[in-house]
Amino acid sequence: MNAKTPTNTVREVRFDEFSSSDSLIKAAEQAHQRNYKDFLIVDVDSHHYESESYGEIFKFIENPVIRRQALESASRGGRSSMLGGSVGYQDIGGRITRHWLRKHEKTEGPQHRDVTTTLRWMNAMGVDYACLFPTPMLFLGTHPQVEIEVAMARAYNRWLCDTILEHEPRIISMLYLPFNDPEATYQMVKDFGHRKGVKGFMVTAPRYKPVHDNAYMKTYRLLEEMGLPISFHAAYNWNDQSLQLTNRFIGVHALGFMWFNMVHMTNWVVNGIPERFPKLKVMWIESGLTWAYSLMQRLDHSYKMRTSDCPSLKRKPSEYMREMYFSSQPMEMPDDPSILEATFKMINAQTQLVWSSDYPHWDFDLPGVIYDLPFLDEQSKRNILGGNAAKLFNLDPTPVKTIPPVAAYK
Amino acid sequence: MEIFVAKKSEFKESDRRIVPSERGEIGVFHHEGAFYAYANKCLHSGGPACEGLLMPKVVDIIAEDRTYQGQEFDESEMHFVCPWHGWEYDVKTGQSIGDRRQFLRKYEVVERGDDVFVIA
Repeated sequence: MNAKTPTNTVREVRFDEFSSSDSLIKAAEQAHQRNYKDFLIVDVDSHHYESESYGEIFKFIENPVIRRQALESASRGGRSSMLGGSVGYQDIGGRITRHWLRKHEKTEGPQHRDVTTTLRWMNAMGVDYACLFPTPMLFLGTHPQVEIEVAMARAYNRWLCDTILEHEPRIISMLYLPFNDPEATYQMVKDFGHRKGVKGFMVTAPRYKPVHDNAYMKTYRLLEEMGLPISFHAAYNWNDQSLQLTNRFIGVHALGFMWFNMVHMTNWVVNGIPERFPKLKVMWIESGLTWAYSLMQRLDHSYKMRTSDCPSLKRKPSEYMREMYFSSQPMEMPDDPSILEATFKMINAQTQLVWSSDYPHWDFDLPGVIYDLPFLDEQSKRNILGGNAAKLFNLDPTPVKTIPPVAAYK
Repeated sequence: MEIFVAKKSEFKESDRRIVPSERGEIGVFHHEGAFYAYANKCLHSGGPACEGLLMPKVVDIIAEDRTYQGQEFDESEMHFVCPWHGWEYDVKTGQSIGDRRQFLRKYEVVERGDDVFVIA
């Protein structure tokens, strides 16, 4: 797909070239029309395909035996791999063309290819800072070998810090925590919490260790002391016993991206983690918003009858949830905007909602999903698009982006 | 106003052109011998709707006994797919498949000799 800067000439559509900038030229038009240059936009959840850099990342694996396994498996060309993969077809059978056209994107210069392509889409959308996360590693929490999760997490984080974050201040991250190993999780925060561009730590949600396990308490305390937020990034696991009942990707995606975060949130609240760590900031990523609207009501309803189940709580579950942060994407857009408005009210969106694109994944959102809402005033839009995240991540609120020029036409 | 799109002889079946206009870009499709033109602006989030893949409608095969027997393409209903998020549109009508109450803005196409024009 070669969406180009509009010109005065008729053009053909080709499928043998790609540019992140050109493919999003209509996003840049929106950015100009809405004057995004005037205020800060922070994307709290975006991605790159770290698998395209495995050759580099595997060299950062500290253990020589695992490092050799990784490098060897990478050379086998997909027959089997050390990391495995996930079942699914996120690109809708190739209909999301950027997923298979991206191999044609040309980059040049000394900076890493991921920096170049990330800055291209950030500028086109009007994004000042983007919190960058991996893609295949979102499924690493279900790897049967805990030591592989630890080794890969440390290698990826070191590579990301050294290769990306050190060199590009507009790209930030919340680093991957190897949550299946609580000691390694704690050590990760100690080792990487002060690195440039590290704004917190992220737990991939599909996994089977409960967040209230005592083994994690010292990590939560450390994060609280360091003033760094923890986030739970949703994904699905089609091998999960319940989700195996779904037979289409739309099913496993719609449910799976809510399911694990609903479980973790429930455990987080009813076990009183917010009371134990009142200053620890928590963010829930990529589950949309309706799950929180629903879960707040479900938990409050039961809590009033079963306070003995969660005696650590001094307030209703929803009151703790309303102090957490929620990333917006994939933001549900009901035909009746008053339904969405009620959801915003429920989660206290004015201060707790933080916009995210999830780009370049199949269901990405543009800033317009917030900016075009009829029930928000200008300041609320700016808070959600960047102001809230700037406070959470301690970012300078001065815009730094350069939206590419777009040929003017009506 | 009439905007020249292409010579018909150079505008192959299943091909398309993106045409600039004062009202925004227009995608012109050549499909089964006819020409169709729509605004190149997806109803979802403004993406380049006319610049994605052409894909036939997918149907579930449901047998007489109401059992599911797999899926197949229905070549009689061709869709074009917005490459940003996968919104599908009927190439003959511009109808949004995900919400059939919605249609892309349609433009008239005229053929004069070997020349194809869109009216915008």
